[in-house]
Amino acid sequence: MSTRREFLIKAGVITGGSLLGQGAWSASSAATGTTLVANTLPEPAGLAAGSTPANPTNVVSSNLFDGLITYDEAFRPVPQLATSWTESADRRTITFTLRSDVKWHDGVPFTSADVQYSIMEVSKKVHPIARPTFAQIVAVDTPDPHTVVFRLAQPSPVIWSYLDTSSAFIFPKHLYAGTDPLTNPYNAKPVGTGAFVFKEWNRGNYIRLAKNPDYWDKGKPHVDELIFRIIPDASARSIALQNGNVQYAPLTPVSLVEARRLEQNPDLVIDTKGWRSNAPMFFMDFNLRQKRFQDVRVRQAIAHAINLKQLTKTVFYDFATPATGPVPSYQSRFYTADTPQYPYDPKKAEALLDASGFPRGADGVRMRFNHLNHTYGEDFQRAGQFIQQQLKRIGVEVTLENYDLPTYLRKIYTDHDFDTMNVFYAAFADPQIGVIRRFWSKNIISGAPWSNGSGYTSAEMDAIVETIQTAQDPEQRTQAIHQLQVLAQRDLPSISLAELKFFRIYSRTLQNVNTTPIGVYASLDSVNLGAPARG
Amino acid sequence: MPLVAVIAVMNFFWLRLAPGDLADVMAGEAGAATPEYLAALRHQFGTDQPLGLQFLAYLERIVHLDLGWSFRYNESVLQLIAGRLPATALLMISALVIALVLGCLAGTIAAVSRHRWVDVAVSILATLGFATPLFWLGLMLMVLFSAHLHWLPAGGILTPGVAASGWAMLRDLAAHMVLPVFCLAAYYLAIYARLMRASVLEVSGLDFVRTARAKGLSRVATIRAHVVPNALLPIVTMTALQFGALFSGSVAIETVFSWPGLGQLALDAVASRDLNLLLGILFFSSVLVLAVNLIVDLAYGWFDPRIEVER
Repeated sequence: MSTRREFLIKAGVITGGSLLGQGAWSASSAATGTTLVANTLPEPAGLAAGSTPANPTNVVSSNLFDGLITYDEAFRPVPQLATSWTESADRRTITFTLRSDVKWHDGVPFTSADVQYSIMEVSKKVHPIARPTFAQIVAVDTPDPHTVVFRLAQPSPVIWSYLDTSSAFIFPKHLYAGTDPLTNPYNAKPVGTGAFVFKEWNRGNYIRLAKNPDYWDKGKPHVDELIFRIIPDASARSIALQNGNVQYAPLTPVSLVEARRLEQNPDLVIDTKGWRSNAPMFFMDFNLRQKRFQDVRVRQAIAHAINLKQLTKTVFYDFATPATGPVPSYQSRFYTADTPQYPYDPKKAEALLDASGFPRGADGVRMRFNHLNHTYGEDFQRAGQFIQQQLKRIGVEVTLENYDLPTYLRKIYTDHDFDTMNVFYAAFADPQIGVIRRFWSKNIISGAPWSNGSGYTSAEMDAIVETIQTAQDPEQRTQAIHQLQVLAQRDLPSISLAELKFFRIYSRTLQNVNTTPIGVYASLDSVNLGAPARG
Repeated sequence: MPLVAVIAVMNFFWLRLAPGDLADVMAGEAGAATPEYLAALRHQFGTDQPLGLQFLAYLERIVHLDLGWSFRYNESVLQLIAGRLPATALLMISALVIALVLGCLAGTIAAVSRHRWVDVAVSILATLGFATPLFWLGLMLMVLFSAHLHWLPAGGILTPGVAASGWAMLRDLAAHMVLPVFCLAAYYLAIYARLMRASVLEVSGLDFVRTARAKGLSRVATIRAHVVPNALLPIVTMTALQFGALFSGSVAIETVFSWPGLGQLALDAVASRDLNLLLGILFFSSVLVLAVNLIVDLAYGWFDPRIEVER
């Protein structure tokens, strides 16, 4: 240590001394009580997940708001605000018994009326994902303050995958009733039921939460203060994680290369398990409104020309595995590997293109098209470059186009002004939420991002999708989901390329981080700081 | 005033050339969207109105100096700008002062010690400072002082969650300021040093300097009283011209150092197509740049009594 002190003294002399007199800078030096410093990115637009449904909001919001239930490792429901539940024999009535000792952070008791308001007035009206997912819920009854009854038009198993706080968000009715939930000022100073209470949002800087002393789960949370710092630059985030200024960064905070480097750092944990319920699936879409892409042989040829193992290795640094179909293997309850596959085979690809009327021209080129890269970072630009190089070998000339998010969305989902594109969709916990939207013809919605962008329309597919949505019997439903995977691979309207493994990075000193499939969306109420971070 | 009006009108139409709107972005972030959700958002933002009506509403607001409402942040644009301005002003003014003082000093020293090692050293440093990209310099400084040496915090403006006051807060603020201010100042320091060196050399050869020496004034006194004041004029011009550039430089610095200022706010506004906020920031900064240029024009008279402001 003496060398470092000498160094500091010299530095103090050089810089005039006064500023640096305090000495080494580390996270622990400033804290009074225990503080957990986390990161969210980019800065959220609001802090209540029900009115701002986006990842940067979700990771903060789950600490402020509890859900009816949460999920365990096998994605089975676990009590949170609801202590127990029963489903009627015909599966059209679900009854939840609520905890009776829960108060909102302003002291008002939490009751069944809050649940009724949130599901019927917000989720079913304005939430972009809950609205279709809860389509079968026709009423929410409140026989007494601690009992809630969901009444369904048809049995709807998908609901059971969408009941935690990042999905079926519960608002305080007394602060939201009669207002527009999207613009309610409490979205920026939330009053919740969760383990932490909101203290301060210093825009562009940090969000500060403090321990909820009246939390129903006695003994939790284990830290006094929870801070989410806003750090816009990825390299700066990496440095903050390495020197302990940030101990928990759930939203894939650094580039993939940097993550592989940080893996060597004994102080940090890189975890992909907490992202399983999000299950991002990376794929390439064709604009099927164009005649040349309507021939399935053309699409098969492209699929045969892309080496998926190489793609996951060189582009995603193994933070991905080759996909076998549209449903990711994370969704083990629904996944099947038994589908048509298109192994890497450039010769076969060329033969298919010859057969479908695209021989090599005088310049060796069979076909030219553009390719819009997804805008969420350079990994997707690299993926586009990889596809470009692979297709060049079979005589297909690809022009890459990079835009920012609003332009990209406009071109694909509103103007349909593209030939091919790459993108990932979160598959979420149930294919009905995140997978069927790629293939259902009723999900060709002009202007709606992440809908059926290719314009794929198939009566056979629509029938399967509608069976998934309305099947009475879970077994029959799983069968239909298997059929969807087979048909999607046979028709190949879109090439499922890779199951992405997003990650979070946290300090190894943190204990009891939630590692269930919904880990990144879960509260940090159980987390212990452990030994102080390395200075 | 007419210039401000032209800028305001051009901003409005220019920004609409960018495809996509805030509703696209918010729906994109949500991971899914229904047409009803999009319609609700556009209705809320007022972007479902015809462009002409939107323009009229915008003009009316500008005339009343009302910058409008940011739907992204759910706050009034004026409040957002006012909230971020102090951080940016602190960064820019400190960087400008340091760059001016040290730049002029270094330039003068280099000029009077022409072709000796001091001059060579200053020239090399100035070229380096001039050529180094800001964000790269910022990251390298951060790696050295924050990641390896742990002397300085890696970003932000204050240590979050510490309700310090008085000296403790000032010290915390100063520690957070060192890297971003130095980084932003480096480039301008280099420019001013080179400019000052050339200017001092030019002035040193003029008749009145020789006269001053001839009447028996010491070398140091001549430089202080006769050379430097006359050499400062081009610096003043340059400062005014570069005020806008300094503002854009601070965008890069604010991003690298997580500095919660106007530059970051503007960048967010572009990425999320928050038009009201972006229009507000552009309007505000154009007024600011014009005001600074006006002040500098007036200041010429003080620096050089030969220049008179026409009345």
